[in-house]
Amino acid sequence: MKRAVCFIRAGSSETEFIMSESLRFHFDVNGQSFTSAGQASVQVKKNLRELGIPAEAIRRVSIAMYEGEINMVIHAHGGEADVIVYEDRIVIILNDHGPGIPNIELAMKEGYSTAPDNIRSLGFGAGMGLPNMKRYTDDMKIETELGKGTCITMTVKF
Amino acid sequence: MKISDIKALLNADVVCGEENLGHDVFSACGSDMMSDVLAYVKDQAVLLTGLVNSQVIRTAEMMDMVCIVFVRSKKPTADMIELARESGIVLMTTEKRMYEACGLLYKSGLVGNGVHHE
Ligand SMILES: Nc1ncnc2c1ncn2[C@@H]1O[C@H](COP(=O)(O)OP(=O)(O)O)[C@@H](O)[C@H]1O
Ligand SMILES: [Mg+2]
Repeated sequence: MKRAVCFIRAGSSETEFIMSESLRFHFDVNGQSFTSAGQASVQVKKNLRELGIPAEAIRRVSIAMYEGEINMVIHAHGGEADVIVYEDRIVIILNDHGPGIPNIELAMKEGYSTAPDNIRSLGFGAGMGLPNMKRYTDDMKIETELGKGTCITMTVKF
Repeated sequence: MKISDIKALLNADVVCGEENLGHDVFSACGSDMMSDVLAYVKDQAVLLTGLVNSQVIRTAEMMDMVCIVFVRSKKPTADMIELARESGIVLMTTEKRMYEACGLLYKSGLVGNGVHHE
């Protein structure tokens, strides 16, 4: 990748403009706070609006990233989120150092959740997060290693 | 239906977003589980919920929802109101319970039309 000529600040995120190839937003996702979970997704939504990305694509990115960000907080003690904007697609990379996912096929099932009751009382843990992420994106890849962490890469084309 | 009609039908108090009461809503969704809400896509929707935390506002924002009604007299916190103001979402509270609030809106023509986005 050809490296940046210009750096712009957008909210709390670092925005790096890589000439004519892509635009990247990077966020650290705090695993300690359920209340602030989702802040990165909100910021990405704002940034994509400013860039004039089609509304439907923004909504798909927002929902998929938000579910993934919540998962990082409730299942994996936080991590990092990167969003890369290309001319015709947006790539979301969510990387955590949590426990990993023992059985991906099971985790992908609608309704399957290991979330504790206190998370359910906060409105999450319905086991719809990963299925929603798959449904709203054109491509989703899960790489996971027990005890090491999980990296989820999603692509939304527009 | 306009957001102001929802306020009238549910005898609700507007917490913030008074300036947007004239906006149209075309569908509604009632749930306390945010992932169920996120599984449902429809334009200019209103969310009815008994859940009170910041994630309710963020969920509505991610979905481009225009209005949130808190049932059973639940009151949003100052942080939630701040988040809603930033994104222009109307917040209101009603004494009615979820079942009745949804029923009143449905009867008045605001149908769910919930669809899975495929
Ligand atoms: N980043 C992650 N790290 C570890 N486990 C995860 C992660 N994301 C999802 N999981 C596992 O997959 C399950 C299903 O995830 P999801 O569909 O989002 O449902 P929910 O979050 O409501 O439990 C979770 O309950 C959890 O066991
Ligand atoms: Mg989840």
